[in-house]
Amino acid sequence: MLRLFIISKEEAFHICDKSQYHESTLWEKVKLSFRYLWCRATRLYVNRNTKLTKTLKSSKLTCLEHSERKLMEDRLNEQLKNQV
Amino acid sequence: MSNHQINPNRWIELYSDYLFNYTISRVNDREIAKDIIQDTFFAGLKSMKNFKGEASERTWLISILKRKIIDYYRKINSKKGQAEVRMTYNTDENEGDWLEERVEDMTYLNAQDILENTELGDAIYDCMSKLSDRQATVFKMKTILNYETETICNELNITASNLWVIIHRARIALAECMEKNWFKS
Repeated sequence: MLRLFIISKEEAFHICDKSQYHESTLWEKVKLSFRYLWCRATRLYVNRNTKLTKTLKSSKLTCLEHSERKLMEDRLNEQLKNQV
Repeated sequence: MSNHQINPNRWIELYSDYLFNYTISRVNDREIAKDIIQDTFFAGLKSMKNFKGEASERTWLISILKRKIIDYYRKINSKKGQAEVRMTYNTDENEGDWLEERVEDMTYLNAQDILENTELGDAIYDCMSKLSDRQATVFKMKTILNYETETICNELNITASNLWVIIHRARIALAECMEKNWFKS
């Protein structure tokens, strides 16, 4: 029975990454929590990862959409060609 | 002696997001921010010969961008701006300085938290610039633009497991960098 709860460190990290984007399942979260209890490396990784997520959210960072960037690049290249 | 090189072919890839984040926090409008950045790049191209290499390419572009933001405020606030100039600065040589202060001094726009957010945004972009192009692209799409995993995989032609490996490495690198440059200071 206990075996069902045991996951590797790598799997725990992967679940933790997915959790930052709300993409882990409840069962995965249970398994991660179980490992969190006894594995120092997992605790360290989870805490660090959560801190990063909170920081990113509080920064309200923004960036260009892929298409917007492409359009900007095309215009700049056009201008570059004209300059040469 | 000049230490820095200029390469407009990489401006979009290296600086567009950084400049966009810088601009949008000052003009609060996505479309206007994009136009200002495009103008900045065009102005940069025109004045490339003036680049002495004393400052980094990014610092040089930011200095052009600041002028562009000033021009933007000058345009939209021409009437109101003139009144404020008359009230605050009454000598000819000081005219226009209030606009520069507006760009530099974020307290004019909002409050202390916006200034801190801008600094935090700068720190994150500094750390992101150390990621590989692939890592930065995937990380931005997933974390900042909040794209679905499937959308990113389709757009970049990668598998979901590839994506999570890239995200994992990017997050580790960013967390380490932020630890060093932001949390400890």
